[in-house]
Amino acid sequence: MISILKNFKFWFVFTPYFWLVAFFFIPLAIIMKISLSVSEWGMPPYKDILAIDEVTGNLIINITSSNYTFIFSDFFYLQSYLNSLSLAFTSTLICLIIGYPIAFYVAKSKPKTRNLLLILLVIPFWTSFLLRVYAWKVLLQGNGILNTILMKFGIIAEPLSLLHNHYAVILGVVYTYLPFMILPLYGYLVKFDLRFIDAAHDLGSRNINTFFKVILPLSLPGIIAGCMLVFIPVVGEFVIPELLGGSDKLYFGKIIWDEFFVNRDWPVASALAMSGILFLIIPIVIFQISYSRYNFKK
Amino acid sequence: MGRSNISIMKDSFLYIENVSKSFDDVKALDNVSLAIKKSELFSLLGSSGCGKSTLLRIIAGFEKPDSGKIFLDGEDITDLPAYKRPLNIMFQSYALFPHLNVFNNISFGLKEDRLDKNEIISRTEEMINLLELNGLEKRKVDEISGGQQQRVALARCLVKKPKLLLLDEPLAALDKKLRIQTQFQLVNLQYKLGITFIIVTHDQEEAMSLSDRMAIMQEGNILQIGNPVEIYEKPNNEYIAKFIGTANIISIENNQKKKNFFTSPDLNVEIETSINKISTKCLIRPEKIHIMKSTIDKKISSVNSCKGYVKEVAYLGSYTKYLIESNNFHFYVFQTNNFISENLNIKWDDVVDCSWDKEAIFLL
Repeated sequence: MISILKNFKFWFVFTPYFWLVAFFFIPLAIIMKISLSVSEWGMPPYKDILAIDEVTGNLIINITSSNYTFIFSDFFYLQSYLNSLSLAFTSTLICLIIGYPIAFYVAKSKPKTRNLLLILLVIPFWTSFLLRVYAWKVLLQGNGILNTILMKFGIIAEPLSLLHNHYAVILGVVYTYLPFMILPLYGYLVKFDLRFIDAAHDLGSRNINTFFKVILPLSLPGIIAGCMLVFIPVVGEFVIPELLGGSDKLYFGKIIWDEFFVNRDWPVASALAMSGILFLIIPIVIFQISYSRYNFKK
Repeated sequence: MGRSNISIMKDSFLYIENVSKSFDDVKALDNVSLAIKKSELFSLLGSSGCGKSTLLRIIAGFEKPDSGKIFLDGEDITDLPAYKRPLNIMFQSYALFPHLNVFNNISFGLKEDRLDKNEIISRTEEMINLLELNGLEKRKVDEISGGQQQRVALARCLVKKPKLLLLDEPLAALDKKLRIQTQFQLVNLQYKLGITFIIVTHDQEEAMSLSDRMAIMQEGNILQIGNPVEIYEKPNNEYIAKFIGTANIISIENNQKKKNFFTSPDLNVEIETSINKISTKCLIRPEKIHIMKSTIDKKISSVNSCKGYVKEVAYLGSYTKYLIESNNFHFYVFQTNNFISENLNIKWDDVVDCSWDKEAIFLL
C-alpha cells in the first residue's frame, strides 16, 4: 500500500479524481443529505438526519421525502424548470446558428489570421464575466447607450424597455456562452478535410447541398460538444437572469437561490438542485451511451 | 486565338489554352497549353511542385486560372463551376464520405443530379458489378480495404458517365503488388468504357505503363508531350532524360573533319552517330551498352567502345546493373540475365570492354 502511494504515476493519474471527490462528490452528497432532511428554524436550518434523543437516548432517524413531494406538487417549480429548459434550448440554437459560420470561417482561414481570430474570441474572458453582463445593463437600460443613440437619430421617440425581460436574458446568455459553442466546433472543423467539399462539388452538389449533405453530418460531433457545453450550464444559470431578467419569467437557478437565501428553506432548495441535476443527467447519459455505441459501431 | 489553335481545338477533346496560375508570388502554371484527344489515356508527370496538381484542379474547376481558357468537347468550360462540369475527379486520398456507406457514396452524384430513383439504383448496381464491389454495399467506407476504397472512388466517378475522368495519383495509396494489378485494371476499364482519362502522377514507371501519351512538367511548364517511347528514346533535354529511367549523359564535341563523328572528352573515345547535329551532349541508355569481360588478346576498336572497371554490381533477377568507370567517368550498364549472356561472371573490379551501336546514341 505504501509503495503504491510512493508511486509517482499513481499521484499523477489520481490527483484529479481526489479533487473530484473532495470538491464535487462530497458536496453533492451533502446536498443530497440536506434534501432528505426536515427543515426547522435554527442554524443550520434543518434537522440532522441522525440524532440522539436527549431524553430517551434513542437513535432518531429524520429522513423525509416530503421536500420532493412538495416541489413536484407545486407547478410553480416545474414551470421555472421548463422556463430554464426553454431558455437553454433557445440560446443554444442561437449560439449554434451564429457560432457555426464563425467557427467555419476561423477554421478555414490562413494559420496566421486564424490565431489572431482565436485570440479575439478568447479576449472577453480576460474581463470578469460579471462585469461583462453588467456592461449589457449599461447598454440596454432606459437611458443607456442604445436607447440614446436610437433617440438621437429619431428612430424612436421614447426609450424602449430593453432590459428586465426574457429577451435580455437570451441576449446575455448568447453573448456569454457563444465562445463555448465556437471553440469545440472550431476544433472539429479545423480537422475537416476540404477535399470532401471539392468531392461533393465535383459530383454535382451545389453549395447548399454540400453543406447539408457533407459538411454538417461530418461536423456533428463538434456540434454536439458545443451544444452540450452551452445547454447544460445555461439550465442552471443564475447570474444572467438575476442581472438582466425581469419578473416575466422565473428561472430555475433563481428559484434555488431564493429558497436558500430568502426563504431559508435549505431542504427544499437542495431537493430542487438534486432534481434539476437528475433531470439533466438521465437524458445526457442515455444520449452519451447510445452515441458512443453508434461511434463504436462505425 | 490563332488559326492553328482553332484546328488543334477541333481535333482535341480537351484543349487547354495558355493557362497561367499563381499562388501569392509563386507561379504554379506558366502559360500552359495542352491538347488531349478523345478516349486517350493521358498522364501529367512531374516531381512534386511542378504544377501538375494545379492543372488538374483547374480542369476540375476547383481553381480559377489567372488567364487562359479551357475547352471540353468544343465547349468553353473556363467559367463553369465544378458542379456543372461534365467531368469527375478521383482524389489521391479518395475523399470518400465517411458518414455514408459504399452504396450511398457511389450513388451520391446521381442523387445530386436528381435522377429517377430506379435509374439511380440500377446505375449504382451496374457500377458495383463492374468494379466487383458486390456484398460491400452496406459497409462504411472505413470498414473496407484500401484496394476496395480505390474501386469505390472510381465507381463514384464512373457512375456519372463523365466525359473526362481525372485521376490524382490513383495508385499512390496502394501497396506495390496491388498497384501493378490495379494498373492493368485501370487500362482495361478505360479501354472498355472509352472515357478520356487524365492521370497525374510523380511515378514515371506508372506513367510509362499506363499512358497513351504523357506530358512532362517542371516548374509550371510542359517540357515535352509524347508517347512513352518518344519520351524515353528522344527526350527534349537532359532533365527529361534523367527524370525518365536511368540516363548516361556524355559530353561530346563535334569532329570538324568527319561527318557524324564526335570526340568525347569524358570517355576519351570517338563516337559515331547515325545522324548529324551540332551537339555538346548525348544520351546513351544503360541497356543499350554491351559489356564483356576484357581479354588481353582481343583488340578493341576506339570508335563507340571503351575499356572500363566494374565499380558496382547489382543483381536484380531479370537484369543486372553495373556501374562502370572509364577515364574517371562513371556510367551505368544494364544487362539482361538470359542464358546466352556472358555477363554473369563479371565481378567487381573486373576490366570490361563496353561497346554500343551508333543508333543507340541520341544527341541532346
